[in-house]
Amino acid sequence: MLGFAQLFASRLVKAAAILIAIVVMNFFLVHAAPGDPAMVMAGEAGAADEKFVAQLREQFGLDRPLYEQLGTYVAKVVQGDLGFSYRQQRPVWDILAERLPATLVLTLTAFLLALAAGVALGTLAAIAVGTWADSAITVIALLAYATPIYWIGLMLSLLFSIQLGWLPAFGYETIGAGYTGLAHVADVAVHLILPVITLALFYMASYARLTRASMLEVRGLDFVKTAKAKGLTQSRIVTRHVLRNAILPVITVAGIQAGQLVGGSILIETVFAWPGIGRLAFEAVLQRDYQVLLGIFLVTSIMVILFNILTDILYGLVDPRIQVSQ
Amino acid sequence: MTRRLSGIPASLQRGFRRSVHRAAAAGLLAAALAIPGTAALVAAPAMAQETPVRGGVLNSIVQPEPPTLMLGLNQQGPTQTVAGKIYQGLLTYDRKLNPLPSLAESWTVSPDGLTYTFKLFQNVKWHDGKPFSAADVVFSTSKFLMEVHPRARAVFSRCESIKALDDHTVEFKLKEPFPAFIQAFEVSSAPIVPAHIYEGSDYRTNPANNTPIGTGPFKLKEWVKGSYIQLVRNEDYYKKDLPYLDGITFRVIPDAASRSLALESGQVQQTQYSDLEPFEVPRMKTLPNVTLTTEGYEFVAPMAWLEINHRVKPLDDKRFRKAIAYAIDRKFIRDKIWFGLGRVPTGPINSVVKFYDPKVTTYEPSPEKAKALLDEMGLKPDAKGVRATVKLMPMPYGETWTRLGEYLKQALGKVGVAVVLESTDAAGWAQRVANWDYEITTNFLYQYGDPALGVARTYISSNIRKGVLFTNTMGYSNPKVDELFDQASRENDPAKRQEQYSEVQRILSDDLPVVWLLEMEFPTFLDKRVKNANTTAIGVNDTYESVWLAK
Repeated sequence: MLGFAQLFASRLVKAAAILIAIVVMNFFLVHAAPGDPAMVMAGEAGAADEKFVAQLREQFGLDRPLYEQLGTYVAKVVQGDLGFSYRQQRPVWDILAERLPATLVLTLTAFLLALAAGVALGTLAAIAVGTWADSAITVIALLAYATPIYWIGLMLSLLFSIQLGWLPAFGYETIGAGYTGLAHVADVAVHLILPVITLALFYMASYARLTRASMLEVRGLDFVKTAKAKGLTQSRIVTRHVLRNAILPVITVAGIQAGQLVGGSILIETVFAWPGIGRLAFEAVLQRDYQVLLGIFLVTSIMVILFNILTDILYGLVDPRIQVSQ
Repeated sequence: MTRRLSGIPASLQRGFRRSVHRAAAAGLLAAALAIPGTAALVAAPAMAQETPVRGGVLNSIVQPEPPTLMLGLNQQGPTQTVAGKIYQGLLTYDRKLNPLPSLAESWTVSPDGLTYTFKLFQNVKWHDGKPFSAADVVFSTSKFLMEVHPRARAVFSRCESIKALDDHTVEFKLKEPFPAFIQAFEVSSAPIVPAHIYEGSDYRTNPANNTPIGTGPFKLKEWVKGSYIQLVRNEDYYKKDLPYLDGITFRVIPDAASRSLALESGQVQQTQYSDLEPFEVPRMKTLPNVTLTTEGYEFVAPMAWLEINHRVKPLDDKRFRKAIAYAIDRKFIRDKIWFGLGRVPTGPINSVVKFYDPKVTTYEPSPEKAKALLDEMGLKPDAKGVRATVKLMPMPYGETWTRLGEYLKQALGKVGVAVVLESTDAAGWAQRVANWDYEITTNFLYQYGDPALGVARTYISSNIRKGVLFTNTMGYSNPKVDELFDQASRENDPAKRQEQYSEVQRILSDDLPVVWLLEMEFPTFLDKRVKNANTTAIGVNDTYESVWLAK
């Protein structure tokens, strides 16, 4: 247990250093793009004069030297303040917090669904390797993996919303319905179905392929033969011996993808008009809404780092041979 | 000018649009026909319900989502459409751009053209219940807008004084005649804001900006960022029994294909401006539940052109610019790129704007004339047939502009002008155009009902201002043009003004400082149940006080 604590502490210290580097790098990165928010707003207004742009730059603090802006920003971030979106006239944290529930409910549901279905299908294919079931799963996985997800999204929406009229085509909830409690949950759930399926299909495909390949590799190893020789049942061999050993690469990939959950999915959110972080990030890039963009980068970075640590710990739990060490 | 980004870069969208199109073409039509209720609507006789009925919610689209609805601070296109229901100007305008009452009941202009007096409606209240008076108009035009609104600043700085004669009368005295003044009171040009909320505060950071308080027929109920904006009826509206609608909901739908689906499925009953890409229009036109109109954009009267930087050789030579004009086929652009939306322009003034004159030098497509002009300049084709190379940076405002860029590259290539396409995003485009860091770009500007308000700014040399968008960024300078625009802006006699504007149009069409491409029209789709919508030159940006929904 001491090993865990030590590892955790040292990883956190490293993470803090990495985070600071990320903040500084991101800051210069977003400022390297041509144009600034004042210019964007002048462009949108369709009319401008010197005063208009100068006023905005002053208000946004863009008239200060870049190093001074960086200093102000880092000082704020260190205190847990993500800054202020001058474009929207609101604190960045409020803007993110508003979008986080929609993002997480979409990406987490899709992630869990993809993971469960992907591992199950992959296992099934590996057990039944060479049969029609295996071929069907492989082909479906390949198709889902290779088809652009916005296209799948639009087609599902055409079929289930326009043709059949079963599900809402887009949005997060029924506008103006004023549902509360369970009715609200059900309303969001109905809106959630299409985007979740679309997003999950893609991830599911990668997990299924990974699980299948990994299981086939492990299946031929000596200890599996030993298990068979011992007379263990097929199901016990598959779950206790093959799957447990084959799952490590899946955990690695899932860990990486879990870190990106909070970043949302730009394409899915755009096609289904889902009010998530991905769209917010994309719009912030176009509008040069620096502080919002930096805030999203920062939150995403933190999640990636956290999930990396979590993945490492999980390795140890699944496979005790992997020692917690530095 | 409305700048509506379509949400996703064109390059990203193109691939799936095509695939959607093919797959959707068959399925969608069938689907649209199958929408419950649609058939009944179509079958209902047109005369059945022409008496307005109260009630119902109109659903529309807001795209892109604006940063604020405080119209005084932000005049982005979508802001205007939504906030035009919340705020009001003193006037609105009919299709011929003649003034109509809005907050002002009546008005007079003195014979010398120096004094404008507006009588305001009685019993008007702000959405917070406070009474509206002439003091609000004086505050808005002399202080608020002067501080934050570039277009209003240019107009109201011409005033000697702005005074409230009594609670319901406002008098504007001009320093010199400016007959275009009467066109300057449209809601986005001069929205009237509440003095009791803004007087003495920092306008841009006032917390009330998030909860806009106007006088209009609709109030903001809820704005869920990223999802929708919900407006509800203002029960205290000063016109009895108006508005008819219970409310208007604007949905944020970032994907262009999804926006088309929303209209097809009847989830929205109105789309406007660039909500739908022009290539969707022919298909949507055939839907049984909607009607298409291109009216209601006369006030903005957008004009699109090739903006040419005169500081770059050989673009400074008008023969070269004429060669470009001859090399391109503007009818093709209108028919094949804008799918029939718009008119082929003749000169700098949009034909729906006052003082338009068609008797100018025009440029029919003629590659031969283009080549002859290039020969005359001494630009002979090299071994590869290239006479000159220019950089073209298409405006990053959606798929259509990208296609236009591709067409221009082809058309100019045919006369030996090689085009290097440059790509950028909206922020980069604004930065580069404002700082004259471009060779040729595409652009479009609104004309705001009078050449003095929306046309002169592009061509007069006093408006060559580095770092500022929508000025004379080409660097074009002709003293005669400056003089004519100046005289015409101060001329009270309409006949003389017409002469001056006609002459300036003749000069400009020969100098060709920019190559006009298209008098743009936007498609407005309205569900057939929506009545009385889109009746003025402001169209979808108007108050919608008398819009109603047939049951």
